[in-house]
Amino acid sequence: MSDVLTVTDLAVRFTGEGGIVDAVEGVSFALKERETLAIVGESSSGKSVTALALMRLLGGPPNCVVRGQVTLRRQDGERLELLSLPEARMASIRGRDIGMIFQEPMTSLNPVQRVGAQIAEGLHAHERLSARAASDRAVSLLGHVGIPEPALRARAYPHQLSGGMRQRAMIAMALACRPRVLIADEPTTALDVTIQAQILELIRALQKETGMSVIFITHNLGVVAEVADRVLVMYAGQVVEDAPVATLLGRPLMPYSAGLIASVPRLDDVRRRGGRLAAIPGNVPDPRARPAGCTFHPRCAHARPDPCEAARPALEAAAPDHAVRCARWREIAA
Amino acid sequence: MSGTGAPLLEVTDLAKHYPITGGRTLRAVDGVSFTLGAGEVLGIVGESGSGKTTLGRTVLRLTAASAGTIRFRGEEITDYSRRRMRPVRRHMQLVFQDPYASLNPRMSVEQILAIPLQVHEPGLKRAERRDRIEAVLSTVGLFPEAASRYPHEFSGGQRQRVGIARALICNPALLVADEPVSALDVSVQAQVVNLLLDLRQRLGLAILFIAHDLAVVGLISDRVAVMYLGRIVEIAETTTLFARPRHPYTEALFSAVPDIGGRHDRILLQGDIPSPVSPPSGCPFRTRCPYAEAACAEALPPLVERAPGHFAACRRPELTLSSPLSPQPVSRFAADA
Amino acid sequence: MSAAAPLGSALPAPARGARRPALRRFMRHRLAMFGLAAIVILVVACAIGPYLSPYGPLTIDLRHRFQPPFLGPHLLGTDQLGRDLLVRLLLAGRISLTVGFAAMGLSTVFGVIVGLAAGFYGGWAGTALMRFVDAVLCFPQIFLLLTLAALVSPGVLTITLIVALTSWMEVARVVEGQIRSLRERDFAVAAEAIGVSDTHLMLRELLPNVMAPIVVAATLTVARAILLESYASYLGYGIQPPTPSWGNMLNNAQEYLTSAPWLAIVPGIVITLAVTGFNFLGDGLRDALDPRLDIHR
Ligand SMILES: Nc1ncnc2c1ncn2[C@@H]1O[C@H](COP(=O)(O)OP(=O)(O)OP(=O)(O)O)[C@@H](O)[C@H]1O
Ligand SMILES: Nc1ncnc2c1ncn2[C@@H]1O[C@H](COP(=O)(O)OP(=O)(O)OP(=O)(O)O)[C@@H](O)[C@H]1O
Ligand code: SF4
Ligand SMILES: [Mg+2]
Ligand SMILES: [Mg+2]
Repeated sequence: MSDVLTVTDLAVRFTGEGGIVDAVEGVSFALKERETLAIVGESSSGKSVTALALMRLLGGPPNCVVRGQVTLRRQDGERLELLSLPEARMASIRGRDIGMIFQEPMTSLNPVQRVGAQIAEGLHAHERLSARAASDRAVSLLGHVGIPEPALRARAYPHQLSGGMRQRAMIAMALACRPRVLIADEPTTALDVTIQAQILELIRALQKETGMSVIFITHNLGVVAEVADRVLVMYAGQVVEDAPVATLLGRPLMPYSAGLIASVPRLDDVRRRGGRLAAIPGNVPDPRARPAGCTFHPRCAHARPDPCEAARPALEAAAPDHAVRCARWREIAA
Repeated sequence: MSGTGAPLLEVTDLAKHYPITGGRTLRAVDGVSFTLGAGEVLGIVGESGSGKTTLGRTVLRLTAASAGTIRFRGEEITDYSRRRMRPVRRHMQLVFQDPYASLNPRMSVEQILAIPLQVHEPGLKRAERRDRIEAVLSTVGLFPEAASRYPHEFSGGQRQRVGIARALICNPALLVADEPVSALDVSVQAQVVNLLLDLRQRLGLAILFIAHDLAVVGLISDRVAVMYLGRIVEIAETTTLFARPRHPYTEALFSAVPDIGGRHDRILLQGDIPSPVSPPSGCPFRTRCPYAEAACAEALPPLVERAPGHFAACRRPELTLSSPLSPQPVSRFAADA
Repeated sequence: MSAAAPLGSALPAPARGARRPALRRFMRHRLAMFGLAAIVILVVACAIGPYLSPYGPLTIDLRHRFQPPFLGPHLLGTDQLGRDLLVRLLLAGRISLTVGFAAMGLSTVFGVIVGLAAGFYGGWAGTALMRFVDAVLCFPQIFLLLTLAALVSPGVLTITLIVALTSWMEVARVVEGQIRSLRERDFAVAAEAIGVSDTHLMLRELLPNVMAPIVVAATLTVARAILLESYASYLGYGIQPPTPSWGNMLNNAQEYLTSAPWLAIVPGIVITLAVTGFNFLGDGLRDALDPRLDIHR
């Protein structure tokens, strides 16, 4: 299995009125064919920005500067440096080679165009289908993602659909051209669990059939356990842990990952109704003023002034396939 | 007006129908009745598109009901005009599913939070307003500097807190929270859930808590209603519902919950997902129900009290359905035997 | 394009910057820049040109009657009385452009009010209002204009009013449709849930989100207003001589079409320039302000 997408030292800096935000700092990973990589992490840790940077969908300088390397290997073996591709070329990559499901369906769907037409547009542009064939395909895609009476719903405007249906419409749009890489940013958050199971099944089937690789951004560690092969945990713009799913969920090394896993509500919690969830204390650091040393230290139960506040820890290999960014991971592991 | 034993909110036979192209009708909500006491939390779960959002908004009179009545703090508000609703609104607030779309991108957080105060407490001085805004920001766990920022400068989770802050700033009695935590990561979700638990205790806040995460619903709700195709198909006390679901859809919901423990066997629903435009005859769930019999197609099963306070709309009360708390041998076969 | 999705993208650029990509798209739009240049040049020339010319609009230069353009002291030639065509053209431009802009202003304000009310309150009255708009739109505008113009005594003010009266429907329709869809959007529902007044909801939440289509429609309205005024004046129902307007200059040129074609050609070119200029500008604005290209709605 070879790498379809390689990301090296990706960094994104926003310069706004309020100051400088390093939304993403030095993120690297490689995505293999057929692999599902989950990205989890605190809100505002830079997951969506990473995804948008790969797709080149962030605004340009001076407000936003993207550095690093993103290499896509296409079906025919051609290697493309996405960050330096001309915009026109990039537009043809989007939707065809890399599909994306956006975090918030309402703002990504055109409010004044019918849903079916929006999906058909992509098929029409990338697959050169006739308008008629494209709209038929759009309807059948809507059926595949579990929208009842798809022919009728294709004619609805986004606001006439429920939240979950909008999300499914987005999914249909992203899957329309059978991309090589699918970036799914919280694709199932607005769905009930039965439909969620169905969508995960659909993605899995497509993956089996076409060898599609998936970057799955989610907060739901249950879903991670179901779909992911590997997990990338992000905190304050950096990767803090990178491990196979079983290792990460079973034996996390970075205290933040551990805290994340501990705070997952489980069905059994109903027995202690009204009881609190184990939340990680404190708040996300203001991205304009991140703490020195380990960015997690103000919230970390294992923090010691000596290694933790001194310098930003490096991403170290705890095992060949397990990287962790914590100054005290050896003590914690022991 | 309130607190005299009468429930805070009383919804009777509520329906919301949308006319759609071709002269047909979409029954988004149909025949829904429930009550909500002051300080009570009613969880609402169900199929995507089953009318949860519509129910919440109809209750808040943001869309007009097609039939039925809504009583809030003893007043029947079903037919209130927009103008008459205005003073009522400070006591009933809404938190949205999609934090991106519900905040006006052209306003700073301070401006957003100032509007409810301007509307409902116009006498407030500038400095007092500032203080209130700062206080509510800290209640929802945002740093005070957030006030001067614009919604687009926050990530999804932070934005949702702004939405919650806006709903809370005038101290409402009823909060309709439409999937308030689905956009949050687990650790923040835990904080917000704890926050809502807290607010409920401290402020006696009644919450209509709409969510897909059954674990969160189980933790926070006193009672839970399960919706399917615009109707409540089961409603009961939380622990009872979790221990012994009495509707096959509830069972399927529980079984589909992805668990951090990894992949497990589940009831994957088969069959056509019905549409609220042309619902199937009889039981709305029968097209996907593993226990459906021929008789299920005949008449709509009414919501019947099967145990004290436990109502279910299934014509096969003899089924023993599995739940996350009482793992059964695959009950499908038990029922067949 | 599946880019339809991406474009409405997840992470909006900063509020100020949000206008910048639109500005950049606009600056890159060649035709729009051409249109803008044409309009600016016309407006400036009409405003100050007449003061710079040695000839007055009524100065009769009998030695140079029917002087063709570029072949004598008068740059763009003269008419049957030897009046300088350029000066007359610029003065006529003042009238025509004023009529265009004023009619645009009036019809936009009126159209926005009607559209806003109909879209916001909807219901029976809103539907009736919009059906009426549709009915009026079906009626050829120029007929309407001529019918009205025949009934009242023509003048700058009346023609402005008449043109405005026949052009607000388009704006009303655009605004009504947008408002109706925006009302369902979460941020509007949120404001309503708070209990804000209708005026606040309309003016502070909804209207700012419809500015883009309004601006586009307004620009295109100027083009149409100029054209309509020219038609009417050309047919003799519009601005009456001696007040010059581009339309009545054409009317006057009719008699000399074979002997002095430039009398028709020159105003014709200017009208075309102004109208296409505004149309190009409108197209450019439409592309630049396309909400789907904008990072946040
Ligand atoms: N256009 C922008 N201008 C300035 N800062 C931005 C911009 N977009 C994002 N940010 C900041 O970048 C950081 C990363 O945001 P991002 O949306 O990637 O978080 P996330 O991990 O996807 O969070 P969530 O789980 O809540 O969606 C945040 O601090 C956010 O405030
Ligand atoms: N304005 C509208 N016009 C027409 N149909 C609508 C409108 N709003 C909602 N609907 C329909 O009503 C039904 C219920 O929608 P609703 O948004 O209440 O579902 P939901 O239970 O909240 O779903 P989700 O969990 O996906 O958010 C859906 O079939 C939806 O398409
Ligand atoms: S009534 Fe029949 S179809 Fe409906 S849930 Fe019960 S068993 Fe299933
Ligand atoms: Mg995100
Ligand atoms: Mg909903």
